[in-house]
Amino acid sequence: MENQDKLLSDITTKEYEYGFVTDIDTDVIPKGLNEDVVRLISMKKNEPEFMLEFRLKAYREWLKMKAPEWAYLKIPPIDFQETIYYAAPRTSPKYQSLDEVDPELLETFKKLGIPIEEQKHLAGVAVDVVMDSVSVTTTFKKVLAEKGIIFCSFSEALNEHPDLIKKYLGMAVPTTDNFFAALNSAVFSDGSFCYIPKGVRCPMELSTYFRINTAGTGQFERTLIIAEDDSYVSYLEGCTAPMRDENQLHAAVVEIIALDRAEVKYSTVQNWYPGDKNGLGGIYNFVTKRGICRGESSKISWTQVETGSAITWKYPSCVLIGDNSVGEFNSVALTNHHQQADTGTKMIHIGKNTKSTIVSKGISAGKSDNSYRGLVKVMPGATNARNFSQCDSLLLGSTCGAHTFPYIEVGNKSSIVEHEATTSKIGEDQIFYCNQRGISTEDAIGMIVNGYAKEVLNKLPMEFAVEAQKLLAISLEGSVG
Amino acid sequence: MSIIHEKISQTDRLVSLFEQNKEILNQGSSPILNRIREVSVKRFAQIGIPDFKYEDYKYTNLKPAFEKSYRQELVRESGLINLNEVFKCNIPQLDTHLVFLVNGWFYSGNNPAAALPKGVVLGSLEQIANEQPELLQNYLNRQAGLSNDPMVALNTAFAKDGFFIHIPKGAVIEKPIQIINLLSSDDNLMATQRNLIVAEAGSQVKVLVCDHTLTSASFLYNSVSEVFVGEDALVDVYTIQNHHNQSTTINSSFYRLQRNSNLVTGTVSLHGGLIRNNLKVTFNGDHSEANVNGISFTDKKQHVDNFTMIEHAMPNCLSNQIYKNILDDESTGAFAGRIHVARDAQQTNAFQRNNNVLLSDKARMQTKPQLIIDADDVKCSHGATVGQINEEALFFLRARGIGEKEARMMLMNAFAREVVQKIGIEPLRDRIDELIEKRLKGEISRCHDCDYQCNC
Repeated sequence: MENQDKLLSDITTKEYEYGFVTDIDTDVIPKGLNEDVVRLISMKKNEPEFMLEFRLKAYREWLKMKAPEWAYLKIPPIDFQETIYYAAPRTSPKYQSLDEVDPELLETFKKLGIPIEEQKHLAGVAVDVVMDSVSVTTTFKKVLAEKGIIFCSFSEALNEHPDLIKKYLGMAVPTTDNFFAALNSAVFSDGSFCYIPKGVRCPMELSTYFRINTAGTGQFERTLIIAEDDSYVSYLEGCTAPMRDENQLHAAVVEIIALDRAEVKYSTVQNWYPGDKNGLGGIYNFVTKRGICRGESSKISWTQVETGSAITWKYPSCVLIGDNSVGEFNSVALTNHHQQADTGTKMIHIGKNTKSTIVSKGISAGKSDNSYRGLVKVMPGATNARNFSQCDSLLLGSTCGAHTFPYIEVGNKSSIVEHEATTSKIGEDQIFYCNQRGISTEDAIGMIVNGYAKEVLNKLPMEFAVEAQKLLAISLEGSVG
Repeated sequence: MSIIHEKISQTDRLVSLFEQNKEILNQGSSPILNRIREVSVKRFAQIGIPDFKYEDYKYTNLKPAFEKSYRQELVRESGLINLNEVFKCNIPQLDTHLVFLVNGWFYSGNNPAAALPKGVVLGSLEQIANEQPELLQNYLNRQAGLSNDPMVALNTAFAKDGFFIHIPKGAVIEKPIQIINLLSSDDNLMATQRNLIVAEAGSQVKVLVCDHTLTSASFLYNSVSEVFVGEDALVDVYTIQNHHNQSTTINSSFYRLQRNSNLVTGTVSLHGGLIRNNLKVTFNGDHSEANVNGISFTDKKQHVDNFTMIEHAMPNCLSNQIYKNILDDESTGAFAGRIHVARDAQQTNAFQRNNNVLLSDKARMQTKPQLIIDADDVKCSHGATVGQINEEALFFLRARGIGEKEARMMLMNAFAREVVQKIGIEPLRDRIDELIEKRLKGEISRCHDCDYQCNC
């Protein structure tokens, strides 16, 4: 038991690794939010008229909304006038090759473990990096362009493919969807745009890396993924931020549109700065992610590994409109110290024979609170819909909490919905069993936690699975052999 | 805007009804009841009549039920016939201490005390509050007063009578106590009933509560029961709800369990227009156990909502919940169960299950099982399913020459049996089995010896 206690205290005192600040010249607008700021952002980005209207409409709606209070979170009041809504690295974000990139920036990515250069040759991952809301580099553009795939920053897409944006922006997450989505719609500065044409199977993993660098800024990026008929794409997203005493706001929106028989796999490894062990600082992560399976037999799958952020408020959802469409949600959420997470998913079954699976694994340690909140809704017309949900919580220590709030609404007789949830700690008998077989307590805990999360980690693409495992390993340092 | 306006006016109407009749309400009522009225009506006014915007009532909108105009019996109305002769609830081999309540008032013709063990008090809450206030002053409103539910506050403001049971230390009541709540009125009626059961240390009691409507008027029945289970006490409370389609039943029960005690509850909702059951169990001592079960059958446009809250405040306790619903036609069902394990309630075992069968495409089921766990050395689980009758099982039975209708009936019966088996009074178990079978066959689920025509 002594070992176990020591281990638990190791885990609960582990500090953040990515807390460096990159000294890069940044173009920052004054803090605060009003209509002029929205106009200024739009002007700075040379946006077409419809985009400005979209933003202003969202801003006016936002003014009428209130921050949501229903989550099982203690959110200190956020002063939205104290945040900087636009900060861009000064060196122009248009690069032809990596050589032109600010070496400091490259250094940043190296520290983050994004091997842009190596990956370019070896891993074959196309990376779009978003720093303080502005896309700074996109690799592999040419290779993708040959296939007709568009993968670029959002601003670039606005200039080059305004029709696509006009058609799909706000389709999955309307401006009025919720408080943070409205805020994002008003002030988002950049993000990624991805378009997979008919019948194309994207030959490599697409990846975006988000980083908040400037103090006092909020990051508001917007990702839009459109998968045309019979296409396939696997998309990865990673996030980090420097260590600061203040709380920074991250309110992103991700929209996915899957048409007939298209498949989109969206994986996230979220490692924003979680605050120090006394709960000071850290990112407030209020994210709206939603995918719409518009076409028949389409599939959207969300996989997330959440280890960072002081507060996480995030519900990647699937709206299953097309008949036979499939939604998946796999999540590992680890909270430590004073972190709070209220995360889960919504599966809205509208089409016939739609299927969804939810696997959520929560791990709480320290003084943290970890909640799963999910909705499975079967509309009366969604005959033969099928859902299976499994939510497990693991508690490490007696001062943390694990909570489950599933909502199940079924509107017809041919659908089957199942939900199960368990809460447990690592059993002394399990440790004993391992000890008996010559496995140290440390290794045993590592094995059990790894095994516990494996079901979800296995769903991650190779490159990410390695990183995710590393992240969990850092959080549980000393235990993963 | 009109909706908001109506909400205000309905709530206001009840508040002003209270203000106008304050003296009548206080008249003849014990100060123990009267002193909590004012606070409660204020608390009710704060939230008002809940609709889906109020999270706890997300799936049950009470507003339409309150739209109708109801008469309230603020004073006891006499002139009722002898109920013992008219209402015969004759369950074979079930011998009970039988008492009646009419429209929330304890019926004066009851004479149950004769056969009860010495020291046991069973009677009218109003009367005992006046005559022996020391028996209930430490218990009345001690649990319900902590509730945020506006319907409980409304009850506390208007309640004048109900039943009161006090079982002294170590007393064992062999025969179950049967409470029959009747609703009878020629015009629409809002009935308020307040009950209190105090089972002191080491005592044992089984209580069976049967709800019936006798006339076809619309009823709004708002009942609150508080049950105190003392150390080492064994308490069973079973409720059978059998109201007609024009009735709205709001039934809130609060249970507080002391050390080493045991509680079994069963709520069988056979029939009713809108039924909302609030149930809260608080573990106030370690090593106690609660088994909370419920089953409901709905058809037409009926609605049943079971809302449970299990508060594990002390370590080493066990709670088990099984709730089942069978829904047909356009009926809707809801289940919201919450288990809260407090920080120091280690070694808690808490289990919860909600299974539902939908028989028609227009039936809806909404379920919200929740776990809030703040201690680590616990075993907690919840599960919820919504589905239909297992086609393979049906095929198995049909392959053996059983007609489809009969086979479906058997399977539904089997589905319900798990809950029925938890009932600790054997003759009652058989009777409920029988009632369920009748209910599933579509017959009026009336006990066959009962002369009264329940207008189901």
